[in-house]
Formats: sequence, C-alpha cells, structure tokens
Amino acid sequence: MDIDFIETMLLTFKLATITTIILLVIGVPLALFLANSTKWYKSIIETIVSMPLVLPPSVLGFYLLIAFSPASFIGQNLHDLGIDLAFSFAGLVVGSIIFSLPFMVHPIQSALSQLPKSIYEASYTLGKSKLETLWRVILPISKHGIISGCVLAFAHTVGEFGVVLMIGGNISGETKVASIAIYDEVESLNYAMAHQYSLTLFIITFAILLLVYITNKKSLGEIR
Amino acid sequence: MIYIDVQIDLNMTNGKKEASYKLQIQKNEFITLFGDSGAGKTTLLRLIAGLENPKSGKIIVDDRVWFDSEKNINLSPQKREVGFVFQDYALFPNMNIQKNLLYACQNESQKANIPKLLSLVELESLSDSYPHQLSGGQKQRVALARALICEPKILLLDEPLSALDNKMRENLQNELLTIHKEFKIPALLVSHDVSETIKLSDRVAVVEHGKITNIDKPIKIFSKKNENTLQAEIIEINENESICKLAILVGTSIIFIEVEKDEARSYKVGQKIAIDVSKVAKDN
Repeated sequence: MDIDFIETMLLTFKLATITTIILLVIGVPLALFLANSTKWYKSIIETIVSMPLVLPPSVLGFYLLIAFSPASFIGQNLHDLGIDLAFSFAGLVVGSIIFSLPFMVHPIQSALSQLPKSIYEASYTLGKSKLETLWRVILPISKHGIISGCVLAFAHTVGEFGVVLMIGGNISGETKVASIAIYDEVESLNYAMAHQYSLTLFIITFAILLLVYITNKKSLGEIR
Repeated sequence: MIYIDVQIDLNMTNGKKEASYKLQIQKNEFITLFGDSGAGKTTLLRLIAGLENPKSGKIIVDDRVWFDSEKNINLSPQKREVGFVFQDYALFPNMNIQKNLLYACQNESQKANIPKLLSLVELESLSDSYPHQLSGGQKQRVALARALICEPKILLLDEPLSALDNKMRENLQNELLTIHKEFKIPALLVSHDVSETIKLSDRVAVVEHGKITNIDKPIKIFSKKNENTLQAEIIEINENESICKLAILVGTSIIFIEVEKDEARSYKVGQKIAIDVSKVAKDN
C-alpha cells in the first residue's frame, strides 16, 4: 500500500484521537456546568459552545489562522514561547478541539440533564462528596452520553475539512489529513486514490457509529 | 432529641412567602407532616437534610448543632447523618441492590449489616437485581434499607408510599412501623393521606402555608377537624320511581344511602359531602 496513504490515514486518526481525549477532559466539566447551572452567563457559554454547529468552517479557520499568525498578538506571544500553530499539527489539534466541541458537549449535557436532582441529593445525604458522587454515580449513569460524545467528536474530526484546510494547508505527514487528501487527489484527477481514501473513511465511520448504537442500546437498557 | 426552629423564604404558588418551622422531635418518635400539596412539607425535610439552606434559625440533633445562623454553623448534607427516602426513590441505576446498599456504608460493621437489613425488607433474593428490574414497592424497600444502613440520626420520608397501589401501601405501612420500632430512631414522614397518617404517627404536625399550625396526637388532630362527620364523595345517583339511591365513596369503601327524590336533586356526581355519624345504630 502507498506509504503516503498510510501516513495520511495515521495522521488523521492521530489527530482525531488526541482531539477526542482533550475534548473529553474539557467536555465533561463543561457539560456538567451547562446541565446544572442557573448562572446568568450560562446562555453565553452555551452559545459559544454551539457556534461551530452553525458557523461556516472557513470562517472559524480564517479567524484561527489570523490568530495563529506571528503578526497577531496571540501568535506573537505563542511564537515567543516557541509555539507556532499556523500550518502545524498542533494548530490542527487546537482548531479541531474548537470545531468539535459541541459534538462532545451536547450528548453529555443531554444525558446529565435527564438525571433527576434526587440522584445527586441521595448520594450527598449518604455522606458522599460531590467528586465521589460524580465518579461513582453520575458519570457511570451518563455513560451512553459520554460514549456518544467521544464517537461524534472523533468522527467529526476525521471528516473535518474547512478548518483544517485553512489553518493546516496540505503538508504531507504534518497537516495533510484524509479529507484534504481526497480533495487533493480529485483535483489531480486521481480518482482511484480518492476512492481508496473515501471508502476507508466510509467503512471506518460506519463501523464506529454502529458500535456506538449497539453499546448504547445495552447501557440504556440497564438504566431504564 | 431533635430541635428545629428555622425560617426560609419560599416561592409559593401565590408569591414569595416566609416559611417558619418550629418542631421538637422526641427520641424514637414518628411524626407525620400532614398538609396539602405545596404547603411546604417537603421543604422542612430538605432543610433538615441540608439540601436547602434556611435564612435563619437553629437545628440541633442530639446536642450537636447542624445549623445555627447566629454562630454561622451549617453542616453539609454529607455530615448530617440523615436517612432520606425520596419520593422517586433515587436508587442508583448503575448498581444492583447489594451495591446500592454497599455504596451507602461508611464502615465495615455497617457492611456486615446488609444481609440482616435485606432480610428485614424481604429482599434477600433480589440483591443481585438492578433497580429497573424491581416493582415500585420493591424499589421503595430498597430506598428504605439504603437510608437506614448508615445508621442515621433521623429518618426522613418524603411521601414514599404515594406512588403505590392501596394493597402495597398497607403492606409497606406495616413494614415501616416494624422497622421504625426495630431501629429506634426518630422519623419524619410527609403525607397527605389521612389513614396512613393515623396508622403510622405518634404525633401529627399540620403544615399550612409554610407553617406548622397544629401538632398533636393523630386522633385529636383529625377528630377536631371533622367532629362526628365522615368526608365522602358522591360517585353515582340512581333514581327509581319514588326514592333515589346515592352511591358514595368513604375512604376506599362504597356505601349506599336512600334519599327522597326532591332532596336528590340538590346533589351532583363528584360533589364532596359530610356524613353525620353522631348517632350510631345498634346492630340487631
């Protein structure tokens, strides 16, 4: 098999895996806040989290590119720290995290919102701290939401195009992911290669989603 | 002994209102908070458990201060040692019955008590089942066992029997009485069912508009309220040629009363009536 193909696919899944792990760490506390808070600024945060759902990816990519550029305040400071995000893998990770955030947060938030307040309170009256309640009761019950969030964020990162193209460009082994490669191959009329990429993505995405729906059905059955 | 004197601002159906509760619960006493929905009964349970914060007052349990607004003491729900049975039971769906109880244990001796408690609520055979596999009555028993396993200072029961059918209710009322005697702890039950309240309580605290307006033995509370009368509801009116038969519901029984046709015209199906029972006829 073509080395370039393998390299591109590995890079795509590396990006998706790293993005999903970081999003999981950020997404759970954020979803907890959004599901339980009554603070006035909750709606503002909710809007910011949901923005990537409606914003054209090129808009987000464009602003991120400007922010990452060494000419901007952020880019300049990052550059002084030795971090260059424009046209780099690290930049892709940052862009993907922002772009896939709602796909991680929304399923978890929705699972948490369905829990009655009394589940938390029962645990507190049994002497358990908030953290222990979260770890031993709330998160296990919300398992289906967390799995859905991870899978959707992963699949969405794999399929992302606009943001990646804007801030990453098309550097083999550094920023060229599968979706860019497909575009690239079609541009050079290399349909066989485009098919290879497309079919691989198609099959993997189908398999992942199928697995999630099967496991979710099981875990929901336990809870209800 | 438990001493409660707290005030809190409540959002009632007719606007914001200050609720104020003053109550002393003796050792081993079973008190029912009786009143209409929205009167503020559950709020008192939540204040005691620390799930709501009073704006002022004191809660003292066995000489330990749980809340004192003047001294700025407010123990968290985790430190209050209450056994709370929620209306929706709030069992943890990811744990089986055994693990629900195990989760509540704070030391080894409590863990060792699990089999005894499970047998007391007749659930030994279901210890590996998950909450979604249980009936309403069984869930209620698990919730009760879970609340008791950590040896609480007070048992708080928020309408635990309201979702059950009459037969199950009666069984569980008896069970609750047995368990209360066995554990010897004060209990506070929220209810708006008269027969349940009479059956279970040592004393009844009537809650109206966020205040305890009367507290006494059940028989005194309810006999004062409707002296020599039974509350009933007309469920059917059958007209014959000369007389009229009313089917009326008293508690869970239906009785029939014959009335004159003219008199029957003043009644409607669904109407609430009071039946005078001051003269009891001797059964020959």
